[in-house]
Amino acid sequence: MVRINGEWQDLAGKSLAAFLAESAYDLGRIAVERNGEIIPKSRYAETVLEEGDAVEIVGFVGGG
Amino acid sequence: MIPTKEELQKALEQRYGAALYRRIAEAAVAVCGLGGLGSHIAMALARAGVGRLILVDYDRVEAGNLHRQLYTAEQVGWLKTEALAEVLKAAAPYLAIEKHALRLTAQNLEPLSGAGIICEAFDCPEAKAMLVNQVAERWPEKYLISGSGMAGLGSANSIRTRRITPRFYLCGDGVSEGGSGMGLVSSRVMLCAAHQAHAALRILAGEFDV
Repeated sequence: MVRINGEWQDLAGKSLAAFLAESAYDLGRIAVERNGEIIPKSRYAETVLEEGDAVEIVGFVGGG
Repeated sequence: MIPTKEELQKALEQRYGAALYRRIAEAAVAVCGLGGLGSHIAMALARAGVGRLILVDYDRVEAGNLHRQLYTAEQVGWLKTEALAEVLKAAAPYLAIEKHALRLTAQNLEPLSGAGIICEAFDCPEAKAMLVNQVAERWPEKYLISGSGMAGLGSANSIRTRRITPRFYLCGDGVSEGGSGMGLVSSRVMLCAAHQAHAALRILAGEFDV
């Protein structure tokens, strides 16, 4: 199981890119943190979610 | 007659002590986007004695900016880099300022290379995400402080700082988007800007928790 934004999901073994492709996230507006590290977009495909990973998808909203 | 460099230095040194004064005075902080967030972040850091600010924005001051950004009415039409440099110099005359009047993209981030701390203060969510991803990829050693969610008249107390990774801090309420409802309100944008500037000063002081 992998924890995504606090919710446990059955995603171990799946790539980050595959998970995001099936999700509703807008890839142009997010940053992904896994286990205390930002995973840059260029590494989504090669990053495989592992059992026990804690992931936070940070979605940015406009305004500044 | 403005104070001498030595007088201003002494005033800050008395507050901070010599060691912290030096850490702040020797710091270089980049501010990316000079709107409601960036203009106030830059002023807080300038007044606090940060030695060098790298200011980046392609835009010009508009009448519709004056309700929340640090510019003066007579600066409408100026490049924000030029206008902000003038406002900052009035408060901190010996501050070193690097001005970059350009739209930052993944291809032209070189102006940020000299900064130890980068404050993301863009308006556009895609630009925010671009900067966070690019900094993580190129310069994982740099501290990055981003702002997301500060529009409207929601509670001041919902603006907060989170430490997402050891070197990535995120300020704001995370959800209140500009461009809808009453848009960005000066006081709440300033709260978020203050969180970002404060996070930078705490990092310089070696205080990394939030």
